[in-house]
Amino acid sequence: MSARNLLLGLLALLVVAPALVGAYPLAVLILILHYAYLGIAWNVMMGFAGLLSLGHTLYVGLGAYVAAALYASFGLPALLGAIPAAIVATLAGLGIGALGFRFRVNGVYFALLTIAFAEFTRILFDHMGWTGGSSGFFLPVEHGQVSPVALRGPPILFYYVALAMAAGGFMLARSLMRTRLGYAWLAIREDPDSAAASGVDVFRARMAAVAVSSALTSLGGVFYAFYYNNMYPEQIFSMARSIEIILAPIIGGLGTLFGPVLGSFVLTLLGEGTTGLLEHLGLAAPGAKQVIYGVALLVIVTVQPAGLWPWLAKRLRIGRDG
Amino acid sequence: MTVYLDIVASGVLTGLVYGLMALGLSVIFGVVRVVNFAHGELTVAAMYMAWVLAGSLGVDPILTLPLIAAALFAVGYALQRHLVEPFIGRPEHEQFMLLLAVSIIMLNGLLLAFGPDARHVPVDYAYDSIELGPMLLDTVRVYAAAAAVALALGLYLFFRFTDLGTAIRACADNLLGAQVVGLDVRRLYALAFGLGCALVGASGTLMVLMRDATPILAVQLTLLAFIVVIIGGLGSMAGALVGGVLIGVSEALAGFVLMPSLKSLFSYGLLILVLLLRPEGLMGRRA
Repeated sequence: MSARNLLLGLLALLVVAPALVGAYPLAVLILILHYAYLGIAWNVMMGFAGLLSLGHTLYVGLGAYVAAALYASFGLPALLGAIPAAIVATLAGLGIGALGFRFRVNGVYFALLTIAFAEFTRILFDHMGWTGGSSGFFLPVEHGQVSPVALRGPPILFYYVALAMAAGGFMLARSLMRTRLGYAWLAIREDPDSAAASGVDVFRARMAAVAVSSALTSLGGVFYAFYYNNMYPEQIFSMARSIEIILAPIIGGLGTLFGPVLGSFVLTLLGEGTTGLLEHLGLAAPGAKQVIYGVALLVIVTVQPAGLWPWLAKRLRIGRDG
Repeated sequence: MTVYLDIVASGVLTGLVYGLMALGLSVIFGVVRVVNFAHGELTVAAMYMAWVLAGSLGVDPILTLPLIAAALFAVGYALQRHLVEPFIGRPEHEQFMLLLAVSIIMLNGLLLAFGPDARHVPVDYAYDSIELGPMLLDTVRVYAAAAAVALALGLYLFFRFTDLGTAIRACADNLLGAQVVGLDVRRLYALAFGLGCALVGASGTLMVLMRDATPILAVQLTLLAFIVVIIGGLGSMAGALVGGVLIGVSEALAGFVLMPSLKSLFSYGLLILVLLLRPEGLMGRRA
């Protein structure tokens, strides 16, 4: 099987899926596609360019708040609001990147820097009156309104938007990988000094990775805002969410294209399966799903640190295209 | 004016306990070179141990401190021996992911075991205070800080004057040299990890006197330990205590002058500045 056929087969299956499944599986699929998308976006920084960001929820939150505020105040449809949302998040990302790279904050220290900025922003939003502070921000909802441009409508609309975002993100990552920039990222990930010595502008390439990743992530935030219609700084900027974003690509395979998608499928199904099973047994156990996530991560890191996808690709005899 | 004096004093005392917790992180990183991302989770686990022991035996947490520290030592030793050891020499991000997994499992395991509610450990002297000149100090904080300083001093003496402490320092300073002279590096690493966790156990037990235990506190405490250690300088023992005091005082002041919920804003702001301007920390040596 070639990667291309697998991709087309999966896409075809996902396109017809809503006709085959009920409301709950559709909601799970939306979740899977949303996390696959966010994973793809995060993977551009960590998987491609080797920049460990643990504050990606910052871009989700900024994107969500900007687009939601513009919709609530001026009625700006989500599709247009996504542009300023992405601009704000990208500027934030570039600011953090520029500071971090200029001051040579590397590795785990860079990760801490991203956490610090995300947490800093969380506390700011908690105290910002005009976005509702810690009591949250709510989008106006009109019943019966259907408008793809404003991201208003039934779950099936959100399903196709999530699918389009995941597929679009995947294709963008795939084409970026084959550009000069993509190869520069890989060179930097493997050894920044050698990359610099062979003429790669390390600073600019890293900044490009941050820009692409933060812009894509903020669009995920716009989706979040209009899908859930509510946001609390406590949740949307929390470190737990940053970690949720990075689990799928790590478990699926860092730096691979299919990794975030596969990881998101496996994790979400594991998580939903556990919750469903416990509910069936009459046990409400907050934290059980996350314990399963943690165990999955532990198993992958100790047994198959390159992730599930490289292992699966070998079994399926898929070349390095994935 | 004396109210400020009281607040600063209370910040110093709390900060010394933060410092002790951060010291654990510093010892683990300084020797094993692994960033313990599950630090706050281990601290909260120690807090729950103190809560359970206080509830079932009715003993003061300070008395159970040696027991809890010993338990955490065993946890740390086992963690290093069975999980972390194979990761020595692997890429930094893989080590990080391993400890991230440990932290996720521990945090949510605590949530499963104890639920999300805050657990309070009552002590007789909870509302007592000690008068010191013009200042009024909380008795709990004085006890906790005194214990923290005593333990930090003990740790210093251990590293400075015992053979085992010297051997562990040798591993930290020159791994190859330590192997050449025949030190059992694997055992020493496990001891160092255990020692770091014992400090966590001690600081968690002291922390429970000042704060209620909840699983969610773990994330804050992990970040707090990082902030303290980075501000003080990774690997610097005095730095961890100084960093702890600095954060303790700045949080206490910000909580009083502005709003309690804004207090961490200053810690994160300080962390950003230190990361950018002086990544080796205020007390660390330049690499």
